[in-house]
Amino acid sequence: MPVVMDADRMGRTLARIAHEILERNRGVDELALVGIRTRGVPLARRLARAIFEINGHEVPTGALDITLYRDDLMRHAVGPQPLIRKTEIPFSIDDKRILLVDDVLYTGRTIRAALDALIDFGRPKAIQLIVMVDRGHRELPIKADYVGKNLPTSLSQSVQVHLQEIDGRDEVEIQES
Amino acid sequence: MGSELGNSPMGNLSKRERWLLKGGRVIDPVNSRDGAFDLLIDGDRIVRVGRDLPVEGGVSVVEVPAGLVICPGLIDMHVHLREPGQEHKETVATGTAAAVAGGFTAVACMPNTIPVNDNAGVTRFILTKAAEASLARVYPIGAVSRGQQGEQLADIAELKEAGCVAVTDDGRPVATALLMRRALEYTSMYDMPVIEHCEEQTLKGDGVAHEGFHASALGLRGIPAEAESIMALRDIALAELTRGALHIAHMSARQTLDAVRWGKSRGANVTCEVTPHHFVLTDAMLGAPTAYDTNVKMNPPLREAADRDAMLAGLADGSVDVIATDHAPHHYDEKRVEFDHAPFGITGLETAVSLCFDRLVHTGVVSLSRLIELLTVNPARVLRVNGGSLSEGAPADISILAPDMTVTVSAAAMRSKSRNTPFDGWTLRGGVAATVVGGRSVYVDKNAMLGHCG
Amino acid sequence: MKKDLLSINDLTRDDIYLILDTAEAMREVGERPIKKVPTLRGRTIVNLFYEPSTRTRTSFEIAEKRLSADTLNIAVATSSVLKGETLVDTALNIEAMAPDMIVLRHASSGAGHLLSRICRSRIINAGDGMHEHPTQALLDAFTIREHKKRLDGLKVAIVGDLLHSRVLRSNVLLLTTLGACVWVSGPATLVPRGMDQLGIRVTTSVDEAVADADVIMMLRIQQERMQGAYFPSIREYFTTFGMTRERVARAKPDVIIMHPGPMNRGVEIASDVADGPYSVILQQVANGVAVRMAVLYLLAGEPEVAD
Repeated sequence: MPVVMDADRMGRTLARIAHEILERNRGVDELALVGIRTRGVPLARRLARAIFEINGHEVPTGALDITLYRDDLMRHAVGPQPLIRKTEIPFSIDDKRILLVDDVLYTGRTIRAALDALIDFGRPKAIQLIVMVDRGHRELPIKADYVGKNLPTSLSQSVQVHLQEIDGRDEVEIQES
Repeated sequence: MGSELGNSPMGNLSKRERWLLKGGRVIDPVNSRDGAFDLLIDGDRIVRVGRDLPVEGGVSVVEVPAGLVICPGLIDMHVHLREPGQEHKETVATGTAAAVAGGFTAVACMPNTIPVNDNAGVTRFILTKAAEASLARVYPIGAVSRGQQGEQLADIAELKEAGCVAVTDDGRPVATALLMRRALEYTSMYDMPVIEHCEEQTLKGDGVAHEGFHASALGLRGIPAEAESIMALRDIALAELTRGALHIAHMSARQTLDAVRWGKSRGANVTCEVTPHHFVLTDAMLGAPTAYDTNVKMNPPLREAADRDAMLAGLADGSVDVIATDHAPHHYDEKRVEFDHAPFGITGLETAVSLCFDRLVHTGVVSLSRLIELLTVNPARVLRVNGGSLSEGAPADISILAPDMTVTVSAAAMRSKSRNTPFDGWTLRGGVAATVVGGRSVYVDKNAMLGHCG
Repeated sequence: MKKDLLSINDLTRDDIYLILDTAEAMREVGERPIKKVPTLRGRTIVNLFYEPSTRTRTSFEIAEKRLSADTLNIAVATSSVLKGETLVDTALNIEAMAPDMIVLRHASSGAGHLLSRICRSRIINAGDGMHEHPTQALLDAFTIREHKKRLDGLKVAIVGDLLHSRVLRSNVLLLTTLGACVWVSGPATLVPRGMDQLGIRVTTSVDEAVADADVIMMLRIQQERMQGAYFPSIREYFTTFGMTRERVARAKPDVIIMHPGPMNRGVEIASDVADGPYSVILQQVANGVAVRMAVLYLLAGEPEVAD
């Protein structure tokens, strides 16, 4: 299984993204991070910590479960429903610049669902998208504002982002299905 | 019905005057016969019984395949024919067709028709219909009380004269002890039994299933066994007081059987019957295989395993006198409702013989001879009708049974108008090969009579 | 999960935990400013209620609407049942309009089983006669878990008209499956036969039942039961079986008091207990919506392919 990013590389990439966020956004106070479950959440937390280490500012961070907004529920699924986890956004998103965080950007449908969910929570000033890996093959007009690594893939491949907090190691690998 | 007679060996029998039933094992407990005997039938009578009877001129011979059993025509003394008044469930014609398909040459039919059979008019109507159908014999049972209302006695002498063989308020118990006393005293003048549906109505209440674990788990209102046994005890005491003849219908509870034994030991003139479903099934059927199956709802209800086993023991040791089906047809629509609202009852005529063979004879609970006592000798005795034996001079009412025939119960193929049976799809060992009433074969299973027992 | 939810027996232990965990997430939806998710958009759910019910029906309706389903409420008056259509015909007529689910409440035990044999729609039992009320037991378990963090090993006392209670049957099945120690108590005239075969303790002494209990669950007493000679009077019932402060004091200090509602104050439960600090009765109602959302969501997928 080819490893395309190791732990060191991932760490430097997140640090770079944290700097980019601060470069592009004037008002730090307006920022809020929302990680998309499951692996977007630890990534969002790490970014919040990185930002704190740079300028001492605590960016509010939340977790969003988009299962209930998926467009593929009850279509082809044979068997039980996907498991839902709790959404925890302990702050108002009105007038905030939301930084949505996910591990892999692929068809764009997850992000579409996340946008629908966020709109139900309030009216943010702006929404920007951060992903660790963009593997192409978009099916909707969605683009990421901050990308860790662009990774061209074929449809028969899958990209796995492993995180210390969940998988016990930091690694991005490509697998053939 | 005519098609079965077509090319079978018993084909044009109705036109034959004299015929010889050869081979087969004749079991006739009344005459202490069990073995290879021939029967010579002339018109509607049995004229000779003996071993290896010579074949005379003008006598047709029917060779009975090996393995089949020839016995006196079976009598089901508890059947609801539903006519007059509820012809959508069953008629005398369809009911007697079901009877002969089930191996029965005679049935006794219950009076809870509409109108109730509490007068000669209804009795004669039923007998006329039976004669038109010309299949099984029908012995009407009249009501104990007018309209079965439990207040005044019905005109019992008139009923007897018209052709009734017994009286009952079946569907309900005789309403009061006093009325039951009078009924037992009165019927003793006419040598008729009072048949009783034992049920203490306040204990039964609005119950729909046996009061026990399964009804509790399924949230069904219960009918305790004591609702039956208390009434049985009342009636047995009255039978002793009056020296009248009491027959306890469709006994289901072990407590009731104990009461019957007690009564018999004290010399009371009491007999009792059990249905096949009460010696085969238990209240576990309420929950599985189909939960709340209304084809498992009848009165008295299916009881616990201990009750079912007690019935088996009673059949074996002689405490139980009769097997009767309580054939209670109900239209499909009436049963396709909530369990609470479904009418009580299941059919029984076309499954009885197979269940008896499969669950009594082949399991060793009773011998073939004892089974025949239960299905014909004793019913004839209780009803005081001519039957139960293959004596010379007796009517040629003969059942030819196939103890090893494989039968798969099919509700859709039954001759009864109704399909309410819990045994649909069951595979049983034992069945009916042919039924002869008054010398005419009214039902024939071609394969069985040709020696293919399938 | 099976196609229908007719009884707690239709659920495995894992299914129960899945429902409770999903309900946690669903509860959060009710805390948002916009209490709606598009999950069951375009699905049609028929609430077919043959018995009057405010609480359960409203709870299901809110749950359905929060999931963006189209809901249809059919309240069948008793007299029209007696005069007119059979349950089967009503259901077949509804089926012809292709609903996805039917939530059924009916006075006859087994009504849901009858429909599940006839209908292709999923059937959710919202209470059938004296048989079961599965979503009530699920929301009760959810409420207990919320306060006690677990269910196994807890002593749960259920008191009242055991014979006629569908809430009892569902709760006994669910609580024993999750490992709770269940005690049931009521007058001897109201104890169903065979209760002891369900792995629970049965006693006619309510004091024994509530001693050191972690949870006390009260069941409704119908006033009409006096006519059936089940007990002599409300007054006597309250004295012998009513949940009063004195009785509650016998339980653990952190006991919770539950009731499926509607309550008969002064009959099975004293007002100061119903409104007291141990009562979680109103939380049960709130949790009902989240639990029912979880059930609707989980049952809405394709049923597992049976072999």
